[in-house]
Amino acid sequence: MTAVLKHELRNYFHSFTAYVFGAFLLAIVGFGSMLYNLQAAVSNFEYVLSFGSIVFVVIVPILTMRVIAEERRQKTDQLLYSLPITTTQVVLGKYAALLTVYLIPLAIICLYPLIFAQFGDVYLPTSYGSLLAIFIMGAALIAIGIFISSLTDNQGLAAGTSIAVILFNYYSVSLSEYVSSTAFGSVLALVVLILALGAVVRHLTQNETFAVGVCIVLFALVAVVYFTDYTMFEGLLPNIMKQLSLFNRFTTFVSGVFDLTAVVYYLSVAAFFLFLTVQSLEKRRYN
Amino acid sequence: MIKVEHLTKYYGDFLAVDDLTFEIDEGHVYGFLGPNGAGKTTTMNIMTGCLSASSGHVSIGGFDIFEDADKAKRLIGYLPEQPPLYMSETPEEYLRFVGEAKGLRGEELAQQMESVMRQVRIEGVKGRRISALSKGYKQRVGIAQALLGNPKVIILDEPTVGLDPLQIIEIRDLIRQLGQTHTVILSSHILSEVQAICEKILIIAHGRLVAFDTPDRLERSLLGTSEIAFTTDARTDQVRSILAGVPNVFDVKISQPEDGLVRAQMQTNAKNIYDTSRELFFAFAKRELPLLELNLKKASLEDIFIELTEGAPAPEPAEAGQPSAESEANDQ
Repeated sequence: MTAVLKHELRNYFHSFTAYVFGAFLLAIVGFGSMLYNLQAAVSNFEYVLSFGSIVFVVIVPILTMRVIAEERRQKTDQLLYSLPITTTQVVLGKYAALLTVYLIPLAIICLYPLIFAQFGDVYLPTSYGSLLAIFIMGAALIAIGIFISSLTDNQGLAAGTSIAVILFNYYSVSLSEYVSSTAFGSVLALVVLILALGAVVRHLTQNETFAVGVCIVLFALVAVVYFTDYTMFEGLLPNIMKQLSLFNRFTTFVSGVFDLTAVVYYLSVAAFFLFLTVQSLEKRRYN
Repeated sequence: MIKVEHLTKYYGDFLAVDDLTFEIDEGHVYGFLGPNGAGKTTTMNIMTGCLSASSGHVSIGGFDIFEDADKAKRLIGYLPEQPPLYMSETPEEYLRFVGEAKGLRGEELAQQMESVMRQVRIEGVKGRRISALSKGYKQRVGIAQALLGNPKVIILDEPTVGLDPLQIIEIRDLIRQLGQTHTVILSSHILSEVQAICEKILIIAHGRLVAFDTPDRLERSLLGTSEIAFTTDARTDQVRSILAGVPNVFDVKISQPEDGLVRAQMQTNAKNIYDTSRELFFAFAKRELPLLELNLKKASLEDIFIELTEGAPAPEPAEAGQPSAESEANDQ
């Protein structure tokens, strides 16, 4: 894992990737600080982080698009498979390198509340609680980005898909107000979600029978629940969209509450997508 | 050193490797020969742990490539058909990464890097970006990464594809050198290349092992039917009576064109075609009949390759002690 970590870090710092990522993050947070903390004279640094969180829509795909897609394009994934290291070590090494690249500008941003505290009354626990939360949320988004990168050998496609997924996640709470909250609408949405899940399962396992089986079981489950008590589906879709949103949970930290459930959720999302990435790479061994 | 047992690989419904079984001893350069699409790359990818098998086992130095992947992979250096190189790096950076991934550290890593770079002669370009190197040098960098960690087995998948003639000669020389200290398995669909470098040949066709022996023994024992043709001014009945006394001759065709000479063509399954031609010469000499022309057409390795890989039933591999995929498959 150390070899992969060192190799990835060297790549990031020999190319523009780490610098572009850091510059974007520092620029948006700097701009937010200027607007909120300097011009509006608000002492809450967490508002800046809330404002700046939209930048993840752009910077996470910049960081993650090449991480595995490029290995596949250059056929260097074959080298990784033939080396005496496991796929899990490869994925964790790459993830650790991305977190390091992410942590460097964040470490600089960590100085901002201390600097502002010299000139006013900054409530540091909320500021640093939000900083920790934005780090963990970013870590979860990076894990999603790695997984998307593992699905293709086209960096552009990986970046585009990541932007779409993160953007959808960012606006999912707002969008939830426009989607149907009726039981039938929720069932229809669930059917679409189950089909999408089936497609992912088929892609990962290359087993059509298994994917169809998963879909049939889930369809049956939805049908049974619907015909038993359809009221359970009322408002389900908007609720799912709100619950799945990573950004929505971040607002709790900005409000001054260190939400441990959100931390657990972020860590679970990161672990789940890293697991899927390992499976996605392992799948290639079977094809 | 390498034991492949009943290896089978399906891509969906397509059978790429069909119940392959063979054993490779330590030392020597082995050639893995077969036409395009025969299953060579798939087999090599499975042997190196890059690909899973649908069924069967591969063990390297006693370690199963799927169960004891870490130990087995430490014994292998692999160069795939397209060298897996990070184009934006220098050979030195690239080899450092591969060496570290193989568990080398500090002084040992530096020494091995120096040693392999010297061995494949890339010291002069170690600081240049790999993308700027010629194909021959890229291939050398690929071989260098395979040599790091001093593995006992080096597996090279079509290492000379796309190289110019001079580079091909250089890479072949390098492979011969490696064969003195490692077990080298080299895949190729070019017969002359395998004949020039390898001490033993595995011929694979349609995913099945159809022959496994030294080039000489393959020539001598697998396809013994060489062709002899001669012209004489003896009569047809005299030719028939002489040939009746020559052993190992069959499928005789005698013709008498208008020039009055008799021409005969026949197959011989003698292990050495010269034994038959000698018998033939003395039989005619004894009857004081002249042989005006004598042509021998020896079965070449190319004939063997074409016959074995074009769907003909495979003969029994001749070498004792080497399990044959074919014979085992026939037993089932």
